[in-house]
Amino acid sequence: MHRFANPARFLKIANAVLPWAAGLSAVCFVAGLYLGLVASPPDYQQGDTVRIMYIHVPAAWMSMFTYSTMAVAAAAALVWKHPLAEVYAKAAAPLGAGFTALCLLTGSLWGAPMWGTWWVWDARLTSVLVLFFLYLGYMALVDAFDDPARGNKAGNILLLVGAVNVPIIKFSVEWWNTLHQPASVFRLGGPTIAASMLWPLLLMAVAFQSYFFAVVILRIRAGLAARRVQTLRLGQAG
Amino acid sequence: MTSSSPFTGRDLLCLRGGRLVFQDLDFTLAAGGCLTLVGPNGSGKSTLLRLMAGLLKPLRGTIAWDGVALAQDPEAHRARLHYVGHLDAVKASFTCREILSFWAGVRGVADRAAVDRALAAFAIDTIADVPGRFLSAGQRRRLSLARLVAAPAPLWLLDEPTVGLDRASVALLEGAIARHRADGGRVVLSTHIDLATPGGAVLDLAAFAPAEDDEDGAEDAA
Amino acid sequence: MLRLILRDLRLVLRQGSDATAALMFFVLCVVLFPFGVGPEPNVLMRIAPGVLLIAALLAALLSMERLFQGDFEDGSLELLLLSPLPAEGVAVAKVAAHWLVTGVPLMIVAPLLALLLRMPVDQLGLLVGTLALATPLLSLIGAVGAALTLGARRSGVLLPLLVLPLYIPVLIFAAAGLDAGLSGLSPRPHLLLLGGMLCGALVLAPLAIAAALRAAHE
Repeated sequence: MHRFANPARFLKIANAVLPWAAGLSAVCFVAGLYLGLVASPPDYQQGDTVRIMYIHVPAAWMSMFTYSTMAVAAAAALVWKHPLAEVYAKAAAPLGAGFTALCLLTGSLWGAPMWGTWWVWDARLTSVLVLFFLYLGYMALVDAFDDPARGNKAGNILLLVGAVNVPIIKFSVEWWNTLHQPASVFRLGGPTIAASMLWPLLLMAVAFQSYFFAVVILRIRAGLAARRVQTLRLGQAG
Repeated sequence: MTSSSPFTGRDLLCLRGGRLVFQDLDFTLAAGGCLTLVGPNGSGKSTLLRLMAGLLKPLRGTIAWDGVALAQDPEAHRARLHYVGHLDAVKASFTCREILSFWAGVRGVADRAAVDRALAAFAIDTIADVPGRFLSAGQRRRLSLARLVAAPAPLWLLDEPTVGLDRASVALLEGAIARHRADGGRVVLSTHIDLATPGGAVLDLAAFAPAEDDEDGAEDAA
Repeated sequence: MLRLILRDLRLVLRQGSDATAALMFFVLCVVLFPFGVGPEPNVLMRIAPGVLLIAALLAALLSMERLFQGDFEDGSLELLLLSPLPAEGVAVAKVAAHWLVTGVPLMIVAPLLALLLRMPVDQLGLLVGTLALATPLLSLIGAVGAALTLGARRSGVLLPLLVLPLYIPVLIFAAAGLDAGLSGLSPRPHLLLLGGMLCGALVLAPLAIAAALRAAHE
């Protein structure tokens, strides 16, 4: 059936990529964690707590990356009715939410020793928190319909609305933050970062990225299989 | 309105909720024509009517009016059709006359007389000032059908229009359809009872169902 | 379109609606705050802008769920989408009607409540002006959520989850404008930003609402 022609081609490529992505992820995780947690020097100011960065920063990158790809996929699904795009957005959402949660959690853990508090209404933290809510809203919306096609479509529209809003929210939160400047704000990312810290950070970023690809491929495969099962069950050999 | 431009569907294939409803479906409807859709539950009668209305889009194939595909000019198509679905769009707190004049007004008919004529055509002129909440199912359906007469449109798409109607009301509907066709209008309708449509064609959707359709799937209303 | 707005207004007059309930909610919500934080005038004045805006936001959201629901359930929305009116026009008309029955009453009641919260009288004009920009935004953004959740299970819980994060910028700029007024600064930049957002939303929200309404009828 032509509806599955495209996904079939995708599955072929995906199955070839999957072991590589998974392998790369595993290698980079081991290397990155070793370099980050053992081999790299502690920060002269923050001591060992700086090592949280090796999880926190890649998670933050991935949370943004995932949302933007989902928004692009949503546009593709709405405009070109590409069946794979919807499956992708749906598959990536929990991952994005997970990265965002991880970012918030590690940020909070990092904040406790550094700022003396678990939470600061810092512009970055706040926008990440809002991003987390956008993920949750998308997932709840997609699941809320008896007809999955309807849920996907509503979700796609929401993703696009969200994509327009993310910059506005980011801007507004920064504006708001400068109005109510908190007493002590620690800002990450001085002008330079030592190579001994940059390498593990980049390795971890690659690890997160390839982990994302591996899991997203698995989830897309599962999503396509679920569609297939439903079609077969309704008496339609594919 | 009396143009001979055909309303056609070619090679239609429709998928609902991952299920193939019908395929390779063709139809042609000339001015003054009537097409009665028959077929078991789930064979896609409602779906086809919604395709014709432009609410749904076929996965494959085209529906065209005078050779112009619906997708190219959806607004012109909406202006020339009336759709009566399962729901009657009756507001509890508005009277029959108010409801009907609103729907006529949406289609650019602000004429009180036209509304009164439509009310009379379906024998609801006696209850014209009764609020919607007091109407019986049959009266609601007649009010919904009165929209057809209140604002003229060349194409009527009627999804089970006889549900809830008594025999006398069915006769009124048959009369309205006959007059509409005599004026060059076209009608597509689905029905379970025998509705007299002299000279009308019948389209049996079971013929376009995909093979081995053994499901009990209820007709897609949504 | 005007006809649709008038019909919605008449509908509200006839059967009362969530709009009156939303207004009552707004009043009660604001009145509760002094009980929660104490009657200290300085504290009340300090939190007044935030309290009024958050209460207005929640009140707008409360009445939002039913915006399309009634027409969706009785088939009117389907007929409207099949009428010669473009779907975007239907969206604008529905939102305009919603704003007229919730946003405008909120603007009228808000100054009275602001006095209860010890806001200075010379700030009331600014309050109404800010609400005049903020409430249509709330209606527009909320209507996107309402259209998206049509026919969903648990739409009552879902709607706030979708819409509240999107309300954050409105809240920030409106509150900042009022705060600036209270502390003797010019609220102009904040209001200009709100106005800019309103212009953007006026263009984009009807498109999103129309797309969502069409999706609800597929």
